[in-house]
Amino acid sequence: MATVVLPRSLVVLFPGAERRVEADGETVGELIDSLDLRWPGVRDRLCQRSDALREYINVYVDGRPADLATPVGLVGTVHILPAVAGGQAQPED
Amino acid sequence: MTERLAILIGTRKGAFILTGDPGARAADEGWQLRGPLCEGWPINHFRYDPASRALLAGGGSPWYGAAVWRSDDLGTTWTHSSQGMTYGDDGPAMRSVWHVEPVGDVLYAGVEPAGLFKSSDGGATWEHVEGLTNHPSRPSWQPGNGGLICNTVFAHPSDPNRMWVAISAVGCFATEDGGATWEARNQGVRVDGLPDPYPETGQCVHKMVAAAGQPDRLYQQNHCGTYRSDDAGRSWICLDEGLPSTFGFPIVAHPTDPDTVFTIPLNGDDRGRYVPEAKLAVWRTTDQGSHWSPLRQGLPSSDAFVGVLRESMARDDLRPFGLYFGTSTGQLFASADEGSSWRRMADLLPPITSVETALLDA
Repeated sequence: MATVVLPRSLVVLFPGAERRVEADGETVGELIDSLDLRWPGVRDRLCQRSDALREYINVYVDGRPADLATPVGLVGTVHILPAVAGGQAQPED
Repeated sequence: MTERLAILIGTRKGAFILTGDPGARAADEGWQLRGPLCEGWPINHFRYDPASRALLAGGGSPWYGAAVWRSDDLGTTWTHSSQGMTYGDDGPAMRSVWHVEPVGDVLYAGVEPAGLFKSSDGGATWEHVEGLTNHPSRPSWQPGNGGLICNTVFAHPSDPNRMWVAISAVGCFATEDGGATWEARNQGVRVDGLPDPYPETGQCVHKMVAAAGQPDRLYQQNHCGTYRSDDAGRSWICLDEGLPSTFGFPIVAHPTDPDTVFTIPLNGDDRGRYVPEAKLAVWRTTDQGSHWSPLRQGLPSSDAFVGVLRESMARDDLRPFGLYFGTSTGQLFASADEGSSWRRMADLLPPITSVETALLDA
């Protein structure tokens, strides 16, 4: 059972979700699958394909950069953070 | 039953709803603004589906990807989904939804990178319309400045197997078999800057609409001109003469007259992309594009360095009908008399990307 810390901008998309949750999984990917069972759609928001996080989603396991395959310790803390990528110019056409 | 007019505004920073009495379209008072909705996501298209009474918003978050948002209580609560909206692990990542189109009980979404998805469960899950992606021209598709986006989707009013899409910078495509196969329909549409200015594909369609009562008559505002087709898009006639520019984004059809459409030319793709001479005007033709005239009364006549994007002009279905457009700098203008006169209805909004209207039960 790991502690997962979720960003505010993700939590507001799923009624009932909380910033700090406990979840099961041996890897980051399995943790996200566990969250997706609780709040369907979470995986689509965090992963752009089955084996990769979205470009601007960063995950840290016990403070170290991680990907979907990274193992999660029995009492690990996983931070899921949106990258500082907002505010970029959006062209018209 | 009393009705309220809702003006649905999509912006770079969420969706907004401006609601008021339909009889007060020309009034400065009595309108209520709600928003930002959809958690402030960039919204490219925000519309109402009268059949399901749902609000639908298509967009994409730079962090969380593309989604179609849906509200069944007029914007109080929302769901969002992109389940199934993927080109697979080997395909490009989905960036955003640019157009949402109800066709009967099916929802279609035009997306970036360009493609078409459909949902048979109100937007909960999505299925790739592979026939469009499988078009032989797909390897040659190139993005416009705004990306490789499917920005227009609509169906024939009595035959849902007949559909049209527009992709920038690729062109118009049509299907006659419900999306299984698609045909490029760009004959006569110019691509400035190419050695062959009339290729089979490569046209940068900014917006395309069907004429009222004549579903095989189409109009398009292109990166390189304004066009009409009288044969369902198989061939196009340039309508540039009489317009101040060949460049613009939106085009809106009259509710009953197939000869009348409205557009808002901008000064050019390399000249700042604001209205010509910084004088804001909606241009109208009433004779299929043979002649054009500006509608300016009430609009800023100088120092208007504003643009209007592809989804950002709409009309209502009242009589006389109203016209509305939003600018890329956050102003919303409205006409309650079919474009004859205008007033500023909202200001200081985020950059406006979409304007639609809906009549709602009070």
